[in-house]
Amino acid sequence: MSAASIIFYIVAAFILGTGILAVTTRKIFRASIWLLFSLIGIAALYFWMQLEFLAAVQIIVYVGGIVVLIIFSIFLTIKSGDEMPKPILTRSIFAALAVLFGSGFLLRLISLYTFKPTSTTVFNLNVNQIGIQMLDTKNYGYLLPFELISMLLLAAMIGCIVIAMKSKDKDATTFQNTIQ
Amino acid sequence: MSEIPLTHILFLSTGLFFIGVYGLFTRRNMITMLMSVELMLNSVNINFVAFNKYLYPEKLDGIFFTIFVITIAAAEAAVAIAIIINLYRSHHSIDVEDASEMKY
Repeated sequence: MSAASIIFYIVAAFILGTGILAVTTRKIFRASIWLLFSLIGIAALYFWMQLEFLAAVQIIVYVGGIVVLIIFSIFLTIKSGDEMPKPILTRSIFAALAVLFGSGFLLRLISLYTFKPTSTTVFNLNVNQIGIQMLDTKNYGYLLPFELISMLLLAAMIGCIVIAMKSKDKDATTFQNTIQ
Repeated sequence: MSEIPLTHILFLSTGLFFIGVYGLFTRRNMITMLMSVELMLNSVNINFVAFNKYLYPEKLDGIFFTIFVITIAAAEAAVAIAIIINLYRSHHSIDVEDASEMKY
């Protein structure tokens, strides 16, 4: 067993352990911190696969963006020190059963299947190549999805502002009511 | 690197996906449900990357799908948190059991 495989198993155990803690701990702030560790572990897995670009994207977007957003919303909505109520016993039992059967089925299916690589060339991620193919209109380029994604991000941004915005009329009426 | 078979990486992503499924089933708080969904999306990303690296090493399609999934997950988290904050304003709770006006 070489060092690379030992590192893989350590990273895998780290991801799974922190993931389990993230979904089972009853303090919501701790759950978000465990989620943060799990996402960092996935970035480490990308580093281990020598995909430095994806690992950097993972850290920037998830760790720097989504988890910070989640922590902000926790502070805005609930008392983060309080413990959440325990899940109902029957619900957690049936969830565990569904997870056990589903994962057992899938793990067996994966272990029985033999994956055959289509070619023997060594995978080498070049950021140059990603940029060229991302903005290419021919040769299986990804220009159309790229533009669609940018429109989606714009729509999501405007939608967030509209949804989370307080309506001014209601504020004005409640203000008048409080004055009267 | 090559001594780890592809199946072990798939075992890891399967485990992570079902951890997310368990969290989605048992939690009733909207923020923690959102966190479970993020775990599931990440397991899908691991699958895309592993298939690309091990089975189609001369192509980049898995990498592109991973990048797009990360982008859409960011947009989804932002919209979900806007909805959660709006729900908190109207119900003073983000428990999904409390928002049951349209249930029946």
